[in-house]
Amino acid sequence: MDQSSNLTHHGPVTKNMKIAVIEPDPDRARDIIDALMEGGWTDVVVLGDVTGLARKLAALDPDLVLIDLANPSRDALEQVSVASDAQSRPVAMFVDRSDDEMTQAAVTAGLSAYVVGELQPERIKPVLQTAIARFQMMSQMRNELEAAKQALADRKTVDRAKGMIMRARGVSEEEAYALLRKTAMSQNRKVIDVAQALLTASDLLT
Amino acid sequence: MTVARLNLGYVPLVDSAPLIVAQELNFAADEGLSLNLLRQPSWAALRDLLALGHLDAAHMLAPMPTAMSLGLSGPAARIDALMVLSVNGTVIGVSNAMAAVMRNHGWPGGFGTPYDTVGPLLKALDGPLRVGVPFPYSMHRLLFEYWIAHTGQAQAADIRIITTPPPLMADAVAMGEIDVFCVGEPWGSVAVADDVGELVMPGAAIWAHAPEKVLAARHDWIEENTAAVGALMRAVARAAAWLDTPKNRPLAIEILARSAHLDLPHAALDHALMGRFATQFDAAPVDVPGFLRFHDRAANFPWRSQAAWIGAEIARLAGIDRDTAIAAAQRTMRPDCYRQHLGPIGVDMPGASAKIEGALTYPMAVASTRGEMILGPDAFFDGETFDFTLSE
Repeated sequence: MDQSSNLTHHGPVTKNMKIAVIEPDPDRARDIIDALMEGGWTDVVVLGDVTGLARKLAALDPDLVLIDLANPSRDALEQVSVASDAQSRPVAMFVDRSDDEMTQAAVTAGLSAYVVGELQPERIKPVLQTAIARFQMMSQMRNELEAAKQALADRKTVDRAKGMIMRARGVSEEEAYALLRKTAMSQNRKVIDVAQALLTASDLLT
Repeated sequence: MTVARLNLGYVPLVDSAPLIVAQELNFAADEGLSLNLLRQPSWAALRDLLALGHLDAAHMLAPMPTAMSLGLSGPAARIDALMVLSVNGTVIGVSNAMAAVMRNHGWPGGFGTPYDTVGPLLKALDGPLRVGVPFPYSMHRLLFEYWIAHTGQAQAADIRIITTPPPLMADAVAMGEIDVFCVGEPWGSVAVADDVGELVMPGAAIWAHAPEKVLAARHDWIEENTAAVGALMRAVARAAAWLDTPKNRPLAIEILARSAHLDLPHAALDHALMGRFATQFDAAPVDVPGFLRFHDRAANFPWRSQAAWIGAEIARLAGIDRDTAIAAAQRTMRPDCYRQHLGPIGVDMPGASAKIEGALTYPMAVASTRGEMILGPDAFFDGETFDFTLSE
């Protein structure tokens, strides 16, 4: 992203904001920082270790806290948000439901944000938009990675089942696969499920 | 029968059992429901997903609907409690370091009374007392704060509430981040098994009948889905009754340990469901009868007076108007839904929907539709009673 055009859009004051990112995974943390840096927010701190979170946040005194919706330490942030000390009082972004669409987008992307103090909504919005976009990209990559892993594992299972049929019936690889497919179709199941059932049964019998 | 699929949020604690049992033992299927049980990593995540409509209903800390309805926690949303899912079931413990100093101040160890424990606890202080609770708006915190305030020692105590996710509670004790922990099982017993802390009291020592978790849903969703609400409440009530039948508890442990929903070992479930606790590493376990109630003593009935107590305590802690908080809290409880949906299947109904909280020091038969209802004890440790009928 062209930083100078970005500055023209929002004015330099937008970037003057301390952002804390709570993310134990270093790769994900780097991804988020990169996205924020590209957007022109340079004052970004990552908290990876979650012990004593409230204490560390009080010391950092950030304007905005970004955290994965699935992070179990979210509840620790809740305490900070109800602290009687008004000076360091983060407010969950969800308190403001005026922008429902953005709230839903954040939740769908798996992001939650806590806004500290009296930041204007127009200053927060671009940060959140940037973070939401990056979270969406990361969750998409995570899903694709998982899908790829699953596909690989499935292929191994099918290969093992094929090998077993080839040995047991003395047929070729093509014939073994055709048999798996035929069985799956006649039972209205997936090839992988039939292969898995075959391996389970064989494990039980040997 | 057409099957409706409901998205139900829960946090993996022993007291989410009624929802798991409703699904696993087909109480839900009998009502034409399929429960999509969605495990949540934190109360905040569960809260936001419920408020934003990603969940239909949820296992929730009893004070949360009130805090949400008052706009104190997350997105302001009108959330109601259809029924109470469990009563009591929490423990209070201290770090090993605290326990050692408390012994020097005359604490005998083991489960004690709130009066006997508070002195050594506060004398052991060297600086602020750091108290780990699972959530700012939890019964754990309300009970702890009530305890300290009502022993007349609040002035002497500099209490720092530190919200700590239950699975991380034992770690926080081990790392010296907290001195006291108030937590649901199995996480108190985990701190003992890890030899980092000792248990000092069950939460019930402070209030004998404290609503711990509720079945919560958005007010609008309840109004628009009467049939699903009824089916869900009946399934959960039957699961709760099944769970509170003593002979079913060993099987319940088996089902919960095997189900993918909790991911907790057998031993971790044992303490809460059988009511047997070692308060200290390697100590012989002691019995705590009725440690965790799912159904008996009208445990599922959503008393408006219970909500009123929660509202009053939240008002005190959050510094907001007491009458406003009490009124909002009472609106969250839905005894009307409870009567409408569970009356026809023969669940015993109390004559009134509010009672004087804390009035019963022993079990007592009360007027009810079937004439079988026994309530109590529901006393507070200091003998205080709360009559909110004047503020209704």
